[in-house]
Amino acid sequence: MSSPEKWTHPGPDAAPATAAKPTAEQVIAGLRATDEGGADLVQLLTPEGERVQHPDFDIDITAEELRGLYRDMVLVRRVDREANALQRKGQLGIWVPLLGQEAAQIGAGRAMRPEDMAFPSYREHGIAWTRGVKPTELLGIFRGTDNGTWDPVATRFHPYTIVIGNQVLNAAGYAMGQKFDGKVGDSDGEATICFFGDGATSQGDVHEGFVWAAVYDAPLVFFCQNNQWAISEPTERQSRLPLYQRARGYGFPGIRVDGNDVLATLAVTRWALEECRQGNGPILIEAFTYRMDAHTTSDDPSRYRLSDELELWKLKDPIERVKVHLVKQQWADQAFFESIEAEAEQIAIELRDYCVNLPDPPPGRIFSEVYAEGNPVLEAQRDEFLAYHAGFAGGEH
Amino acid sequence: MAAPTMDRPTSAAPAAVQTLTIAKALNNGLRASMEANPKVIVMGEDVGKLGGVFRITDGLQKDFGEQRVLDTPLSESGIIGAAVGLAIRGYRPVCEIQFDGFIFPGFDQIVSQVAKLHYRTQGRLKLPMVIRVPFGGGIGAVEHHSESPESYFAHTAGLKVVTCSNPADAYWMIQQAIDCDDPVLFFEPKRRYYEKGEVDTTAAPGPLFRSRTLRTGTDVTVVTYGPSVRTSMEAAAAAEEEGRSLEVIDLRTLSPLDLAPVYESVRRTGRLVVVTEAPSESSISSEIAAKVQQECFYSLQAPVLRVTGFDTPYPPSKLEEEFLPDLDRVLHAVDRSLAW
Repeated sequence: MSSPEKWTHPGPDAAPATAAKPTAEQVIAGLRATDEGGADLVQLLTPEGERVQHPDFDIDITAEELRGLYRDMVLVRRVDREANALQRKGQLGIWVPLLGQEAAQIGAGRAMRPEDMAFPSYREHGIAWTRGVKPTELLGIFRGTDNGTWDPVATRFHPYTIVIGNQVLNAAGYAMGQKFDGKVGDSDGEATICFFGDGATSQGDVHEGFVWAAVYDAPLVFFCQNNQWAISEPTERQSRLPLYQRARGYGFPGIRVDGNDVLATLAVTRWALEECRQGNGPILIEAFTYRMDAHTTSDDPSRYRLSDELELWKLKDPIERVKVHLVKQQWADQAFFESIEAEAEQIAIELRDYCVNLPDPPPGRIFSEVYAEGNPVLEAQRDEFLAYHAGFAGGEH
Repeated sequence: MAAPTMDRPTSAAPAAVQTLTIAKALNNGLRASMEANPKVIVMGEDVGKLGGVFRITDGLQKDFGEQRVLDTPLSESGIIGAAVGLAIRGYRPVCEIQFDGFIFPGFDQIVSQVAKLHYRTQGRLKLPMVIRVPFGGGIGAVEHHSESPESYFAHTAGLKVVTCSNPADAYWMIQQAIDCDDPVLFFEPKRRYYEKGEVDTTAAPGPLFRSRTLRTGTDVTVVTYGPSVRTSMEAAAAAEEEGRSLEVIDLRTLSPLDLAPVYESVRRTGRLVVVTEAPSESSISSEIAAKVQQECFYSLQAPVLRVTGFDTPYPPSKLEEEFLPDLDRVLHAVDRSLAW
């Protein structure tokens, strides 16, 4: 860094936050976000399904393991599409699609050990899958019957956090606790991973989380899924420089991985979690990916981005490249792919059945578990409401 | 409600009854909790080596180490947000917010996470954490150092809010708050920190979430809390010289409110004056007025009157004696109530 006097604004020709400089064709096409991750992007499987080497990160993967990752991605995509359809049919109030981010989430989720802890945002349906949370357990949040029913202690998967960035500080504290408990320092240790998006990086809580984890040497992997869009705002509206480069200012490594490459994401996250277990945390991973669907089912991307951009990213689909590779390697045959499709269809059926039969909670649920040790003032209000409500049951009103 | 009782002996209490300042009583109470439970940790700005700007945590880091008394980054959202993670991990964090006016960077974490995680998870996650806040004015400070923000938190479901007014309560209430499985906002009357009183360290004077009648009387009920308790007691002593008998109730708990003793008192006196430093609009004092008119409608001989800070930002300190309820303003309200 030059002295303040010599500092000059990087200007319009500098590398934008999302990627390397856009190509002339992209500019002509009117694309605001680019699809290239730049020279530092860690990639092990190209969009064409070619296995490539990386000097720092590599992974030995068996045919069975890669088939497993493929299965994970296909199933969570099917869950996502089914839930999206359930919203369109009026069975869910809203859905938050993960379409396009399957590799980022399955790669990161499968890098975790059972004893590691995960703090999700609200789009982490793929991480939930890897933590053993049943897809049906996600539905109540979006149907309006509950706020998530999984056990965050047993699954080590924190409740979805909707306020942008809050969970990053909660994760920092949890990781500090792991360290205080003596669980850091060797490969038997524990680590924490927290998930957030490109938009969240503008939040103060994410900055504070970076500071806290750094000064307490917390075993925390910051996993930023840069899907290029925070609702309608491109990553350029959040940052002047590529997000992974922010880590340097906080004193820990930042790595940009191809978030549509499940192998690269698995390799980098596995490495990062192990570094944290050994006491070398925290670490920032920026998974460079793309939100192929809307922000939520209430959103309309046609108002702010061109469909050309989506078409470009479809060529980088996280699932297709694995399928191509499996076929090229002769690691999977048609029967395998058909069996996964059949399994996906079965899960979709179960999801539908579960969703449409999910009962509305009873009125008393409003007052349930507000406090651990109760509150007599609230209990009086509840009793008054329930007595009032009971009057209707008898047909008196 | 499962109101916890506190009667365990503590090794920090060589003598049964000690004369302590509120500051020292809080320090001893924190020490007792830390000795009793290794999961209790203290975190905040300058709470370690310095012992806090008010010295409430004096000596704790020396005795319990840097892993149990954390000098944190200067980051209130971080203090609260990290404490949430530590609480989930099994710790019982006691956060210090250096001054009332500095709690707002942490407000999002308090309202969005601390208050709601138990409800969100339907009891699967507990947040046994305490957020200590020195509050109120009267110390000649610059802006943001004299505020009374307790109503924001009493307004938020999922939080419990208490305040101590004397050394015995300071010693016991902080331990009871730490033992509570709900998150507790613990407001400390900073201008009373160095006032002394007797503390019986062998037994708690009562459960945490209960108000207490400090002085019985027959003419007017005065309800107050925190730094205004002493003001109200002095007003009651002055009123007695004029032949007027005031009953003074220290609320102690602001959420949940324990108003049964207030109702009982108002049914006898027919008159109520509420005294707080906080501005009056949409506040603890307005909540009390609303509840009392509902419960004691036919007993009231006069409207509920309030003596509060004004509905302005806290003024420059040369004006704070005018802003804060004092003995004369309390007596004036008593006069108005009796003359109604």
